Amino acid sequence: MKVVVDMNKCQDHGQCVFAAPEVFSMDDSGRLAYVADPDDALRDEVEEAADVCPLQAIRIED
Amino acid sequence: MTPRSARVVVAGASMAGLRAAEQLRAAGWTGAITLVGDEPHMPYNRPPLSKEVLAGKAAFTSLSFRPRASVADVQWRLGTKAVAARLARNTVELDDGETLSYDGLVVATGMRPRRLSCPGPLVGRHTVRTIDDAQSLRQALTRPAVRVVVVGGGFIGCEVAATAVALGARQVTVVDPLPLPMAGPLGELLAGALLKRHEERGVRFALDAGVTGFTGDDHVTGVALGDGTVLPADVVVESVGSVANTEWLDGNGLDLSDGVLTDEHLRVGGRPEVVAVGDVARFPNARYDGVPRRVEHWCIPTDTAKHAAKTLVAHLTGSTAGLPPFAPLPTFWSDQHDFRLQSFGAPALGKEDVRVLEGVLDGDVVVGYHTGGRLTGVVALGGQAAAVAASRYRAELLKQPAPTA
Ligand SMILES: Cc1cc2nc3c(=O)[nH]c(=O)nc-3n(C[C@H](O)[C@H](O)[C@H](O)COP(=O)(O)OP(=O)(O)OC[C@H]3O[C@@H](n4cnc5c(N)ncnc54)[C@H](O)[C@@H]3O)c2cc1C
Repeated sequence: MKVVVDMNKCQDHGQCVFAAPEVFSMDDSGRLAYVADPDDALRDEVEEAADVCPLQAIRIED
Repeated sequence: MTPRSARVVVAGASMAGLRAAEQLRAAGWTGAITLVGDEPHMPYNRPPLSKEVLAGKAAFTSLSFRPRASVADVQWRLGTKAVAARLARNTVELDDGETLSYDGLVVATGMRPRRLSCPGPLVGRHTVRTIDDAQSLRQALTRPAVRVVVVGGGFIGCEVAATAVALGARQVTVVDPLPLPMAGPLGELLAGALLKRHEERGVRFALDAGVTGFTGDDHVTGVALGDGTVLPADVVVESVGSVANTEWLDGNGLDLSDGVLTDEHLRVGGRPEVVAVGDVARFPNARYDGVPRRVEHWCIPTDTAKHAAKTLVAHLTGSTAGLPPFAPLPTFWSDQHDFRLQSFGAPALGKEDVRVLEGVLDGDVVVGYHTGGRLTGVVALGGQAAAVAASRYRAELLKQPAPTA
C-alpha cells in the first residue's frame, strides 16, 4: 500500500492523525508528516484517515 | 451471507450517501446497492463552497469525493429524486415514475437552505448549499464594487462575509437578530472575540436586527430592517439555517419534526431495515444527555454511516451487530479570514461555564466549555498552533462519561 498526500491541498487539520496515528503525525509547528509505505495491516486505519480528511488530500495506491 | 437479489436503496447521493454505501461494503454487504440523488453531480465536498471555491482558490472539479473501490459496482441514479416511500411495503417511488423495492433503506437526503419569506424581488438573492449555488454567488461577488448583505451570522454566513471581503467587495454587512454572531453554538465569550476580528477585517454588522423585506423592482437593491433602515445591497446571501429534506417520507407515521428521528443505533421508526445518516438524522448521542439532535458537522456523515451500516447489515444478514449505542465525538471547523475555528466535543452544552484554557482572546486561544464542572467541549480560535493545542484536549473529551445533568 502506498499513501500519497497532496501537500498543496493539505491544510493541517490533523484529523488523519487521530484516525491513523501510526501513519500520520504532526510536527511541533503543526505540519503534517506521514509514512508513505505503511504496512498493509494498517489499511483500515489509512482508509479511515482518507475519509476524514476535510480537504480529501489523502490517496491510497496499491 | 447476503442473498444475491437483495438490495439496499440509499436515498440522497451526497457525502452521507456515499459513505453509507462504502460502509455497507466494509460491513460485509455484498448485495446490490442503489444510490438515488437528485443533484446531477457525483458526491462532492461542501465546506470549500463558502471558502476556497467562492474565493476562486479551488476549482469546482476538485471537490468530488474519490469513492472507494468497494463501491465500483453500485448503481447511481443521479438527477433522480425520491418522491415517496412506503415503509410498510419496502418501496421508494422516484420522480421518473419507477418504484424501487428494497430490503434495506438508508435515509441520507440532508438539508436545503431555509429561505426568508419577506416581500421583495428574488433576483440577487443567493444561498450556498450546492456547487451551482456557489458558482452563481461567485459570479455575483466578482463584479466590481458590489455591496453585499449576508442575512444570518452563523458559521456559513460569516465564512461568506469573510470571503466576500477578500474578493474586494465594496461593503459587506452581516445582519442577525441576535446580539452576537455564532453565539448560539459558541457562547458569548468567543462570539464577542469573533465579532471584533471580523470588524477589524472590514466586515460590518447589523445585530439585534430583523429583516422585514427587500427593496428593488426586478433585482434586489437593498435589505430593509425592522427599525426602518435600508442597507443598500447588490448581492444578498440568505444564510438563515436549513430545512431537512424529509417530505418524501411523509405518510409513514415517522417523527419528521426536525429531520428524521432515530434510535441509538440510527434506526428509523422502530424499523430495523431503515436507518438515517448525515445531516438529516436526529439521533441521541450516548456521550451526552439522551436528547436526540441533528448535527450539521462534516464528521457526522462518516460517523453515522459507519454505525448505521453495521446495524443494517447485521439485521439483513440475520446476525447481531452487538454494537454499543452510537456515541460520536463531534468535531467541527470553520475558516474565516486568516483564522480557523476548531472544535471538539459539544461546546453548546457547556455555554454557561466558559473558560480560557490556553492563550489570550485577541490572539491564539483555546476555550473550554463545562457543565457541572466537567469539560464538554473545546474550541480553538487562531492559527495552526491553537488547533494543535485544542487537539490535546480531545483525549480528555473522549474519556468523559456522559454528564447526568
Ligand atoms: C457551504 C457549506 C459549508 C460547510 N462548511 C463546513 C465546515 O467548515 N465544517 C464542518 O464541519 N461542516 C461544514 N459544512 C457541513 C457539511 O458539509 C455537512 O454536514 C455535510 O455536507 C452533510 O452531508 P449530507 O450528505 O448529510 O447532506 P447533504 O450534503 O445535504 O446531501 C444530501 C443529498 O441528498 C439530495 N436529496 C435531497 N432530497 C432528495 C430526494 N428526495 N431524493 C434524492 N436525493 C435527495 C440532496 O440534493 C443532496 O445531494 C458545510 C456545509 C455547507 C453547505
